[in-house]
Amino acid sequence: MNIQYSGLADVNGPLVALEGVSGVAYEEIAELRLEDGTRRLGRVVQMEGDKVILQVFEGTTGLSLDNTRTVFKGRPLEIPLSTEMLGRVFNGAGKPADGLGDVFAEKYGDINGRALNPVARSYPRNYIHTGISSIDCLMTLIRGQKLPIFSGSGLSHNKLAVQIVKQARIAEENGQDFAIVFAAMGVQNDVADYFRREFDQAGASGRVVMFLNLSNDPIIERILTPKCALTTAEYLAFEKNMHILVVMTDITSYAEALREFSSSKGEIPGRKGYPGYLYSDLAAMYERAGVIEGSSGSVTQIPILTMPNDDITHPIPDLTAYITEGQIVFDRQLDSEGIYPGLSVLLSLSRLMKDGIGEGYTRSDHSDVANQLFAAYAKVQDARSLASVIGEDELSDTDKKYMEFGEQFEQRFLNQGADENRSMDQTLELAWDLLSLLPKTELDRMSPDLIEAHYRQQ
Amino acid sequence: MNNTIYAINGPVIKIRDTKDFAMREMVYVGNKHLIGEVIGVNDSATTIQVYENTAGLKIGEEVEGTGGPMSVTLGPGIISNIFDGIARPLTEMKKTDGVFVTEGSDIPTVDPNREFDVTVLVKVGDELSAGQIYAECPESPLITNRVMVPPSIKNCKVTFAAADGKYKPDDTIIRVDVNGEEVPLTLCQKWPIRTPRPVAKRIPINTPLITGQRVLDTIVPVAKGGAAAIPGGFGTGKTMTQHQIAKWCDADIIVYIGCGERGNEMTQVLEEFGELIDPKSGKHLTDRTVLIANTSNMPVAAREASIYTGITIAEYYRDMGYDIAIMADSTSRWAEALREISGRLEEMPAEEGYPAYLPSRLAEFYERAGNCSVLSGKRGSVTIIGAVSPAGSDFSEPVTQNTKRFVRCFIALDKQLAYARHYPAINWLTSYSEYIPEFEEFYEKNVGEDFLAVRQEIYNILVEENRLLEIVKLIGSDVLPDDQKLILETAKVIRVGFLQQNAFHKDDTYVPMDKQLEMMRTILLLNKRSVEAVKRGVAVSDILKTGLFDKLTKIKYEISNDHLEKFAEIDKEIESVISALGQ
Repeated sequence: MNIQYSGLADVNGPLVALEGVSGVAYEEIAELRLEDGTRRLGRVVQMEGDKVILQVFEGTTGLSLDNTRTVFKGRPLEIPLSTEMLGRVFNGAGKPADGLGDVFAEKYGDINGRALNPVARSYPRNYIHTGISSIDCLMTLIRGQKLPIFSGSGLSHNKLAVQIVKQARIAEENGQDFAIVFAAMGVQNDVADYFRREFDQAGASGRVVMFLNLSNDPIIERILTPKCALTTAEYLAFEKNMHILVVMTDITSYAEALREFSSSKGEIPGRKGYPGYLYSDLAAMYERAGVIEGSSGSVTQIPILTMPNDDITHPIPDLTAYITEGQIVFDRQLDSEGIYPGLSVLLSLSRLMKDGIGEGYTRSDHSDVANQLFAAYAKVQDARSLASVIGEDELSDTDKKYMEFGEQFEQRFLNQGADENRSMDQTLELAWDLLSLLPKTELDRMSPDLIEAHYRQQ
Repeated sequence: MNNTIYAINGPVIKIRDTKDFAMREMVYVGNKHLIGEVIGVNDSATTIQVYENTAGLKIGEEVEGTGGPMSVTLGPGIISNIFDGIARPLTEMKKTDGVFVTEGSDIPTVDPNREFDVTVLVKVGDELSAGQIYAECPESPLITNRVMVPPSIKNCKVTFAAADGKYKPDDTIIRVDVNGEEVPLTLCQKWPIRTPRPVAKRIPINTPLITGQRVLDTIVPVAKGGAAAIPGGFGTGKTMTQHQIAKWCDADIIVYIGCGERGNEMTQVLEEFGELIDPKSGKHLTDRTVLIANTSNMPVAAREASIYTGITIAEYYRDMGYDIAIMADSTSRWAEALREISGRLEEMPAEEGYPAYLPSRLAEFYERAGNCSVLSGKRGSVTIIGAVSPAGSDFSEPVTQNTKRFVRCFIALDKQLAYARHYPAINWLTSYSEYIPEFEEFYEKNVGEDFLAVRQEIYNILVEENRLLEIVKLIGSDVLPDDQKLILETAKVIRVGFLQQNAFHKDDTYVPMDKQLEMMRTILLLNKRSVEAVKRGVAVSDILKTGLFDKLTKIKYEISNDHLEKFAEIDKEIESVISALGQ
């Protein structure tokens, strides 16, 4: 029934062209059969008359114009979905990579997903406790949120991601239906290995689905990796009512793969050579986080990206932050001072925290404490830059107190052990200890009653 | 001959060898009947942009023309509803198609089965002209839909008028004789989204849009019928500012366009506006709100259309004599959609890949704002407040720069202020509003004769502070003379106590103009008395010890919006305490 087309009309980078084709649908999947018996998958990316352009996932190495026969599958790219996937490892295109055989599909899912009707979403409100003071207090992670980690090469983002995964729990629930989908895009072998080992040690590997596209795997497969991971996450969350945390690393490699693919298609480039549709493409990925009506599950995303040259205005972090609901940003200076996690408090933000904290969620003073810490730490920066000009001794008394506050805040509040799991109370009390280093009059974001109730008398 | 698809590239498809289509004609594409629009016609090919996902489309599938441009049906039932970029009701779509948006859905904008209590205002024999109102019906607890003769019918005579009663949107309400031809008129009319609806004439702008946000109302006021842009990098609070304006401004109707933004934000608007009560009317905010949602993962071509859909709906209500405020969040996503389509058409790019027609498209959009005398003789206005998301927070990029040319109110959000959690993070020095002189009369009549003078004095202190801070950065504030230290302290009260506003505080989230004026007057009084005290030789540190500066910083929370008489007590306290110093 399936027609085989022999030969190719053109091979260019990851793209091949076929002529004389009919009855093919846009974005349909094709299988390329080589003379040596190996098979590769491709997807229709452009059609004109009887000419079809295919994007080949495994790369075009070894393809010639006459050694290939192509069969169109009559369907978009789908992956088999099942709860059996928990504990399994797949490659970037969703094929089993752990030698345990195929997944018995309960259903097949189109990896492109579809846009959620905004009316069908529920606004995310429940917070996820990570046990990390800076995150819990200042950039609270909410179930159904997409909160990326902006890092740079050599910083401890992987360590932080592992700690979040290990310690993340949802308030007053036993975490039985909590699972992790891990998507690695273009990461080194030993990084993928590090994640696998850590998940094992935490006894979590039975709750993890891994999709690994390593740095030496084909780039086109990399474009599919987050789509496969999110299709799995959506299935587990919305059809099996589980709470899914999706960790995706490294978005920068993904965007670079997209750029490579775009330029080989001859598209007009936008900023820094990235395609003009980078925003739409990233959005299609990030927007797959959320909570929907009629399902008790949720998809929470923690994408990790390394900012090229630590530049937050680079298109990848820039566009990401325009889509995601906040960002957690690493600071190289703090990291090199040995502070873990060395997060830049002022650049970091969780947009959804305002509705998921306070009375009934965390503690009634949470939001005021967080605002005051932000404001105070901002003043620390002013005091420090002044001190670098006129010397610390010349500072006013208030500024000196800010210098002290800044130092203690970084050493005691930001800094914590990789296995240290602080409760919300511990975190907030610690914050009050630190705020009490400042004179009461400086606490301008809080009501006098609140200050009376918590301020430590020396 | 049937027209069939010849080429597909993302949302752009081509048909060869046809002369059947007109430019900007709306078409149905393929077996699923995807909605598309003709964007290019030439000898060899017709180019169509498709407003839905094209995956699964095949070469050879048919394309059907509709004979008319991309239009939206306007009628009662639009208020309180949420639509996608091409005006399909999302709540209905969820009922029929499930939680994910499905292609080819063909649900009408106006629910044909809902009944309205219609009062007919004309009788047989009446002469009507374009835009005149022939019936009205309550559409939401706040808004009455005034049913108008479509602008295309210039003059007509009523030959039939139905009795008052319950009617559905498509029922005939009156029949009119147009040059010998009898035309039935219903509660609905169609209008092409890219064409501005006609008005009798534009009238000068003279009223500010009161938002209850202090920094906006006093420093950078937005005009009823004007256009404003809110540029800001990520995390600076564009969306938050727009939400606050949408919640509290004194327009009759809000059209909120979520253009390429987050799905959760639209959900938030839906939930919050459903719960919040409008302080002026005592009704729910949703009773005056229309939402257009094209979230960032919805098809990009529909994002380009969503802006036009929104403004057409706004103009429709303007023609009934209402004041409309449009929030467009974000116009940058719309510009990017233009860029993406332009790229697929292989057009020659101008700056940063944007098409060369970006400025003219922006101008066309912002020019649809205006304060107008509408065809029925009433006054109505459309105010556009567009968020801009500059790439890399760099205001020199093309969308921000071109937008700046076409708006007269520029509300610049500042990253540094946002980092310091100074919200709203509106930079009072780089923002501007050219409308202020035009509001002079309004302020004198409605707020206070001294309003503009007080505003200027407050602003001068902020400008002076900015100059002094340059020096402080180099040598510290301790070495400044006392009169300059005092400027810094007063400016701090203005910044923290006045410009910062807490959107989550029950009183502070909306502050009426008279309280804003009282606050400024009190701050200036404190400043004036303190300046005198400093001249008498009193040290600034002694003035600060009175605690009055701290008190004024928190006065926004201490004096609730309905107890403004308490300002007099504070004024008395200032008079007595400060004048006692150094005597």
